[in-house]
Amino acid sequence: MAVKVRIPTPLQKLTQGREEVEAKAGSVVDVISDLDAQFPGLGERISENGKVRRFVNIYLNEEDIRFLQAEQTAVKDGDEVSIIPAIAGGSSR
Amino acid sequence: MNMEFTPDQLQRYHRQMILRELGAAGQQKISDAKVFIAGAGGLGSPAGYYLAAAGIGTLAIADNDLVELSNLQRQIAHNTERIGMLKSDSAQSTFKALNPEVNIISITQRIIAENVAELIRDFDIVVDCTDNFAVRYLLNDACVLMNKPLVSGAVAGFKGHLTTIIPGQGHCFRCIFEEMPPDAEEPSCRQAGVLGAFAGVIGAMQAMEVLKLVTGAGEPLKNTLLIYDGLKSEFRRVNAPRNKDCPVCGDDPYITIPGC
Ligand SMILES: [Zn+2]
Repeated sequence: MAVKVRIPTPLQKLTQGREEVEAKAGSVVDVISDLDAQFPGLGERISENGKVRRFVNIYLNEEDIRFLQAEQTAVKDGDEVSIIPAIAGGSSR
Repeated sequence: MNMEFTPDQLQRYHRQMILRELGAAGQQKISDAKVFIAGAGGLGSPAGYYLAAAGIGTLAIADNDLVELSNLQRQIAHNTERIGMLKSDSAQSTFKALNPEVNIISITQRIIAENVAELIRDFDIVVDCTDNFAVRYLLNDACVLMNKPLVSGAVAGFKGHLTTIIPGQGHCFRCIFEEMPPDAEEPSCRQAGVLGAFAGVIGAMQAMEVLKLVTGAGEPLKNTLLIYDGLKSEFRRVNAPRNKDCPVCGDDPYITIPGC
């Protein structure tokens, strides 16, 4: 069993169109490094110098990691990590 | 509270007045409510349509754009004959035709820092159906500072977001999304595409959140972000607590005037 990671639509071009990928357990930082090793460029889109970019939200299961231990939050096998960018569309234009 | 309904009103609202959670008292609250809808597009069309249908007393609809042919696959408040007309005026006449009892106000000004407080001042609830982050943050800050509930919906592609912000009872939009993405300037429906029916789901849910807030039925979607995946027909909820470091609703806020 591994960690399930949900990739948002704008980043799926880096994961060959896959919405769900797997990563090895560890801290959130470890998960991001593992994702970047599998899908080069993905890490940089999510984080910078080991910090999650402020316009990217990462959830461990149902919890925003900023309210857990942020980048150091432990991710176990069987957990689900979701990367969720803000969307603004009101479907106006 | 004046619980007098005309025979026509009793007929028009019968199916919702027989709901145990609403009743005549709920209908009276709906008739007394004043709701401000920002945006008459793919979300504002269904949200406004259902709120007008339900008999919201006063409904303001704010949009400074003109109806275009490319809007009509999703913006059901407008129609082909209205191309070139102001969207807020078009939505006003559509909603008025559906329910002449509702006082519908067309607001054609663009929402900016200088007018946001004035525009929403007389309303009980604000519905964010806009298409850009700058206005989203502006409406959020104004609602937090003026203590008005805000129902926020957004769509891009087949992903939709919905959250209900009740100042003093939890999170705000900035608590969830601290910063706008750097590539966020372009309106996202032009960029990512959207189906009308998909936007309609989120817009209709925004109307539901308003009706729940107004009548007290059920539980508003506070401290929660609902994520809708249209392709999977999947709804997920993630927790969205108040951030004590939030610039507008945190313990030591530095935003004290909307837009600053
Ligand atoms: Zn906040």
